[in-house]
Amino acid sequence: MESSVQSLGQSAPSRLLAGGLGTRRRIVNIVMTALIAGAFVLAMLPLFSLVFEVAKRGIPGLSADFFTTDARGAVGGAGGASHAIMGTLIITGVATVISVPIGIMAAIYLNEYGAGRLRRALTFFVDVMTGIPSIVAGLFAYALFEIFFGPGIRLGVMGSVALSLLVIPIVIRSAEEVLKIVPDHLREASYALGTPKWKTITKIVLPTAFAGLVTGVMIAIARIVGETAPLLVTTGVVDSMNTDPFNGRMQNLAVYAYNEYRSPGVMKQAAYDKAWAAALTLIAIVMILNVAARLVYRRYKTEIR
Amino acid sequence: MASVDTTTNAGQLLAAASGGRRRLGDRVFSRTAVLAAVTILALLAGVAIFLLSEGYPALTAAASELPEGKTFLDYVAPLAFGTVLAAALAALIAVPLAVAAALFITHVAPPRMALTLGYLVDLLAAIPSIIYGLWGIFVLGPKMVPVMKWLEAKLGFIPFFDGPASVTGRTMLVAGLVLAVMILPIVSAVAREAFAQTPRRLREGAQALGATRWETIRMTVLPFGRSSVISGAMLGLGRALGETMAVTIILSVSGAVTFNLISQANPSTIAANIALDFPESSGLAINALIATGLVLFAITLITNMGARWIIARQEGE
Repeated sequence: MESSVQSLGQSAPSRLLAGGLGTRRRIVNIVMTALIAGAFVLAMLPLFSLVFEVAKRGIPGLSADFFTTDARGAVGGAGGASHAIMGTLIITGVATVISVPIGIMAAIYLNEYGAGRLRRALTFFVDVMTGIPSIVAGLFAYALFEIFFGPGIRLGVMGSVALSLLVIPIVIRSAEEVLKIVPDHLREASYALGTPKWKTITKIVLPTAFAGLVTGVMIAIARIVGETAPLLVTTGVVDSMNTDPFNGRMQNLAVYAYNEYRSPGVMKQAAYDKAWAAALTLIAIVMILNVAARLVYRRYKTEIR
Repeated sequence: MASVDTTTNAGQLLAAASGGRRRLGDRVFSRTAVLAAVTILALLAGVAIFLLSEGYPALTAAASELPEGKTFLDYVAPLAFGTVLAAALAALIAVPLAVAAALFITHVAPPRMALTLGYLVDLLAAIPSIIYGLWGIFVLGPKMVPVMKWLEAKLGFIPFFDGPASVTGRTMLVAGLVLAVMILPIVSAVAREAFAQTPRRLREGAQALGATRWETIRMTVLPFGRSSVISGAMLGLGRALGETMAVTIILSVSGAVTFNLISQANPSTIAANIALDFPESSGLAINALIATGLVLFAITLITNMGARWIIARQEGE
C-alpha cells in the first residue's frame, strides 16, 4: 500500500499539471467501477430469481383447502397445510413468550446495571450464542427433553425451546442498541425527582424505547419463523392438527415444505406445488413481520430532542 | 460511560435515602435483570453439558455398535471434511461479491440510494433456509448442469472439475453457490459498516492528490476495512459451517471424500447428515449424531471466536 501511495504522490500532481488523467488510470478506474457495479447486480440476481420463482411456483398450490384443511388421511394430492400454519404460529409464539422477557431483561441488565465480570461474560457469550448452528440448538432441545421424557420424544414446546436459544441473542442485541440511544438526561431528570431506579427504567426508559423494542422483537421473530432444521429433530412430522405444544408432535410450515419435497408420494407435482405454496406462505409471513416492524417504528417511535 | 456511572450512583443514593419500599422494588428489579443474565449463561453451559452427556456414549462405544460400523472418529471425519469444504467454497465465492456489493453501496452508488440498496442486500438474510434449498434444487441446480458439463470438458484437468459432471445439479458446487448467497448479506453488512466509516480526511486527501474513484477505494477504503472484511468473512464461514437445510436438500451424498465439486458423489456435511438421519434413528445412532453436533458446535465456536477476536482487537486500536 505504501508504495502505491508514494507513486501516486509523485505522479499524480505532475499528470494533473499536464492536463488530466493518464489513459491507463482512467481505463482502470472505469473497469473497476464497472466490476463493482456488476458484482452488486450479480449478488442481487439470486434475490430476484428467488422471489420470482417462489411466487410463480407457489401460487398454483394456494387454495382455500391449503389454508383450511390438514393432511390427515389425505390421498391423491388432496389435503392442506392448516395444521402446519397453526403449528408455525404456536411454536413461534411460545418461543416468543420464552425469549422476549429473558432477552429484554438481559438487555436491561447489560445497559442499566451490568458491570464487571458478569457483564463482560454476558457480552461475550451472547456473541457466541449468535453463532450456534440452528441444528445444534435443535439437538440441545432434544437432549434436554430426552433426559426427562425418554428417547424419541417429540413435542411442540421442544421446538420453541430450540428457537428460543436462536432468537434470544438477536433480541438482546437489538434491545441493547435501542436502550443505548435513550438519552441519559431523561434518566437524570427522573433521578432528580427522586424516582427509584427500577421506576425510572419501567416508566421512563422502556416507554421511550418501546417502538424500537417492538420493532427489534418482530424482526428477530421473522428470523426464526422459517427455521427448519431445529424443528425437524424436535417437533417431528405429523399430518393432523395439534394445538397443544405440550402433547404430541406438531407440524410447521418449514418442515411441511421439506417433507412435501422429500416424500412427495405418487402425486409428485401436487406435493411439490404444496411445498412451494408453503414456501410462499413463509416468505409472506417473514415480509409482513418485517414491514409491520418498520411501520410500528415509524408510527410509534418517540421523538427525542 | 463515566457520566452514566455517576448518574447511576446518584440515583441509587437518592433511592436508598428514600424509604424501604422503594429499595425493595429496586432490589427485586435488579435481581430479575441479573437472573436473566445468569439464565442465559446457564443456558449456554446447558447446551455444552447436554450435548456432551448425550453424545458421550457414542464416543466410547465400540465400532460395531455405531452407524456404518465405524469408530466415531472414522464416522465424523468425512462429514467434517464435507462441512469445511462446502463452507470454504461458499466463503470463497461470497467474500469478493460481498465486498464489491459493500463498496458499491458505500462508495459508488448515489448516497441517497445507499439505504435502499443496503436493505435489499439484507433481505437475502431474511429468507428462510428451506426456501434456499428448494430454489437450489429446482432452479439453480438445473441451470448449472450445462455450466458443470462445460467445466468438466474445458477444465477437467483440475481435480475440482474432474467429473463426471452431474446431470441433476445436486453437486458440491451448487451447494456452495447457494451457501454463498446465504452468507453474502452477513459478510456484506460487516464490510459495509467498516467501509462507511473510512475517515473522510483519508478519502478527500486521496482525491485532492488526483486519485480516481478506484484509486481512492484501493488506497483508503480497502486498507481501512481490511480487518473488518476478514472478521466478516469468518462470521460468514461460521454460518456456512452450520447451515443445514440448503445442503440437506441439494447435495446428493455418498460419503466419498473428494475435492471433485461437480460429480454426483459428494461428502455429506455434519449438519445435513443430522437432518437426514436423525428422524429415523434410535438408540446409539442418536448419541452418535448428537456427538457429531458437538463437533460442529466446536468448529463453529472456534471460527466465530476468531472473528470476534479480530473485531475486538481492531476496536482496541
